[in-house]
Amino acid sequence: MSGATDGIVRASGAGSRFLRILLFALLILFALYYLLPFFVMLATSLKTLDEIRTGSLISLPSSLNLQPWVEAWSGACVGVRCDGLQPYFWNSVLIAIPGVAISTFLGAIAGYALTKWRFRGANIIFALMLFGAFIPFQVVLLPMARTLGFLGIAGTLAGLILVHVVYGLAFTTLFFRNFFVSVPDALVHAAKLDGAGFFAIFFRILVPMAIPTFGITVIWQFTQIWNDFLFGVAFTVGDSNPVTVALNNVVNTSTGVKQYNVDMAAAIIAALPTLLVYVVAGRYFLRGLAAGAVKG
Amino acid sequence: MSGVTLENVWKRFGTTEVLKGIDLAFEPGEFVVLVGPSGCGKSTLLNIVAGLETLTEGEVRIGDRVVTHVPPKDRDIAMVFQSYSLYPTKSVRRNITFGMEMRGVDKAKQDKSVADVAALLHIEPLLDRKPAQLSGGQRQRVAMARALVRDPDLFLFDEPLSNLDAKLRIEMRTEIKKLHQRIQKSVIYVTHDQIEAMTLASRIAVMDQGHVRQFATPDEIYENPADLFVASFMGSPPMNILSGRIVDEGGLAVEVSDEAGPVRFPLPDPLARSVAGAAGRSVKLGLRPETITGRDGQQRVADLFAFERRIEVIEPTGPDTMLITSLGGEELIARVRPEDRAQVGQPFAFEVNMAKAKLFDAESGRRL
Amino acid sequence: MSSVEGSVKPRAAGWRLERWLPQLVVSPIFALSLFFVYGFIAWTVYISFTKSRMLPVYEFIGLAQYERLWATPRWHVALENLFVFGGLFIFGCLLIGLLLAIFLDQRIRAEGVLRTIYLYPMALSFIVTGTAWKWILNPGLGIEKLVRDMGFPNFTFDWLVNPEMAIYTVVIAGIWQSSGYVMALFLAGLRSVDDDILKAAAIDGAGPIRTYAGIILPMLGPVLLSAVIILTHLAVKSFDLIIALTGGGPGYATDVPATFMYAYAFQRSELGMAAASAVMMLATILAIMVPYLYSELREKDR
Repeated sequence: MSGATDGIVRASGAGSRFLRILLFALLILFALYYLLPFFVMLATSLKTLDEIRTGSLISLPSSLNLQPWVEAWSGACVGVRCDGLQPYFWNSVLIAIPGVAISTFLGAIAGYALTKWRFRGANIIFALMLFGAFIPFQVVLLPMARTLGFLGIAGTLAGLILVHVVYGLAFTTLFFRNFFVSVPDALVHAAKLDGAGFFAIFFRILVPMAIPTFGITVIWQFTQIWNDFLFGVAFTVGDSNPVTVALNNVVNTSTGVKQYNVDMAAAIIAALPTLLVYVVAGRYFLRGLAAGAVKG
Repeated sequence: MSGVTLENVWKRFGTTEVLKGIDLAFEPGEFVVLVGPSGCGKSTLLNIVAGLETLTEGEVRIGDRVVTHVPPKDRDIAMVFQSYSLYPTKSVRRNITFGMEMRGVDKAKQDKSVADVAALLHIEPLLDRKPAQLSGGQRQRVAMARALVRDPDLFLFDEPLSNLDAKLRIEMRTEIKKLHQRIQKSVIYVTHDQIEAMTLASRIAVMDQGHVRQFATPDEIYENPADLFVASFMGSPPMNILSGRIVDEGGLAVEVSDEAGPVRFPLPDPLARSVAGAAGRSVKLGLRPETITGRDGQQRVADLFAFERRIEVIEPTGPDTMLITSLGGEELIARVRPEDRAQVGQPFAFEVNMAKAKLFDAESGRRL
Repeated sequence: MSSVEGSVKPRAAGWRLERWLPQLVVSPIFALSLFFVYGFIAWTVYISFTKSRMLPVYEFIGLAQYERLWATPRWHVALENLFVFGGLFIFGCLLIGLLLAIFLDQRIRAEGVLRTIYLYPMALSFIVTGTAWKWILNPGLGIEKLVRDMGFPNFTFDWLVNPEMAIYTVVIAGIWQSSGYVMALFLAGLRSVDDDILKAAAIDGAGPIRTYAGIILPMLGPVLLSAVIILTHLAVKSFDLIIALTGGGPGYATDVPATFMYAYAFQRSELGMAAASAVMMLATILAIMVPYLYSELREKDR
């Protein structure tokens, strides 16, 4: 906490006060830079098309026009279907919930087995699994498409869930391994002396300790799966598209008048779940990013 | 060489008061130790002297100069930190010279100073290494070198030995003492270790909860503790504190009772005078473990008093043996000779030198 | 090290099962990894050596697909774009991220709020980011119109539809999305510097600039390295942002290897060439990651 050292006695004067004002001004300026696009999206989504054409990009809407939101949610056309984003939003929910749950659970148990029961080769297995977090997914797109076809789940939600689970494993295992490594082995030894076995130690002792890591992992996986576009566009068709793909289709629909306000409302709707997670659980979100950063 | 004066120093963080009106004056060349349990404010006080922390109220003077608002670099001080605080990306040599570089000392003089201080602390072979390549003891030496090379008016030490293992700590403690005897500069040294305080200090300030409880020489602190806190904090094993009541039956005594019956500790003259006419009053009786021995365990003096108690635990330490029993519901530790026959569960005849006993007010804890 | 060994004699069959349980539990998970990562990579590499087009064929034809790939102008555009985008994106994110981190480190009031604002784009999908910036950069109604309405009627800002400049719009949007993240990394690095080091520097007489430049920033070397690795990774993988912002256009002016691969695999039915381009991407990542991981793991072993 270098910030806390500012108890240090410093020569003070007009110069230093000016510098601090300048510093603060710069920080505010940057805040505006980050906020402006979102503000523009929100403002645009509430304007009528006329107001968009005649008014300014950064002006507030003259009245709250919720029509574009209704349109984006349940009326906008994605290809030939005009039900709005709604069905695709629920697709994403249906993909994200099992995708997050399964990959988190498997990662937790793998991270546990690899750290607290270090059998021969455990480190190599971990290194090999970790590598999966770094590959550009383009390198697995073609064989995955064929495998999903072979399994008869091409173009289905189940297929996309499988994809997210297998490529999320590297990250979830990493998160849990990093946490379990920090848990003293002595704890596991003590539990063994008390007669607890592999699963009892995991469920009764380590899982309760790992609640924050579950939080981090769930948030990370949810963000990854919800925001995914590549797998969604490659492995789903039409009705099974996740919301990101549907959003892109809405925006790039070339027929009819371009409805910028509907596009923006749709973009916000697609962003809302992850944004909400960020606002509510920002601390865990950041820790996930940092943990992912350590190696990835 | 300068002394340091603290006048009515207050430090508050929001509503918590860390220092509550400290008044202290240190003589030039003195080795002052600030000692106390963690959270007593000793490190905050040191940081205030260094200028690393602002104070809420009061004044700090180094020599005759008021430094309350002077930045640390202009206070002519050097500091050794608990974590050593070596710059990890710089070599040992650059760590030592960094301050001189900042002050624009010319290169030849820098080299000479580094050579001198490295020889003094025996770190010549380490000069081109990075801190990460050093052991704890070596880092400690480099941190000292960095402070010494400044040749300041005042040295500040913030628990410099607490990250070392026990053996090294004792070695370095001696070394610091030798260094001080040699350079004779003023030192303020913070520690929570009362043995370090006793061995190093020319004067000790015992702190507790933002107050200075007593500021005196080590002997004075040990022999004449100002209150119960000082008495029980300084000394190892700590002073035995027994709750009792003054009785007057052919001479004043302190009566301590429990289910094994009362023990009346007769008060010799100077002590007796301090509680004259106060029969019935509740007091605390302080007995240092080394003043309680087996029969014939100490020189025959006039004020020896004998009593018997069952032994509960025996702890041999080598040169002495600690016998633990209880009296008046309190644990009582006696330091006896290893050859004194003692058996757990058996009664043992103790002898206490009442001339060394202390009396404290039961309410305020002040010494009587 | 090993925790199971050293247990007393196995009591019964239950014990033997218990002994193998960790391996039993890990093996299916590991098998998934082996098959879906290594198996698939092997398959893709193999396909890149065949003449597969619409459908995979397994007839080996050597490096022909790679020769075709490198003879394709669009691939060169994609690579060039990756260098331009990657270079500017990484540099921009590092610069802004580091500056913001240092600024925020000055015991700023409302630091928490500012940090939250700087970082929120990271929670958004690149598709959302692309959509937003596509609208802001829209030549007819976006910034161009805004500035013209402010009294500069000749102002032009048509990068989005200008083949020469379109890749820079991707840079702008990319930096907007990811620089906050780099800020968070650096800020965490700054905060992990021991307080006492700063106190020592204050006593040594180093001012704020010397303290940062001479002492703190050199300590952030590892953070810088991981930031570069992450950003490189993001740059090489970037696909969504380009699809949403420019669709790879105008024409294929903003193609990058990721969009190139996708187009050849799923739109032009050139499986062999798509596989070859994917292998090139993998090779790029490997060239960066393997030395990094190697040094990381060696560090751990010490």
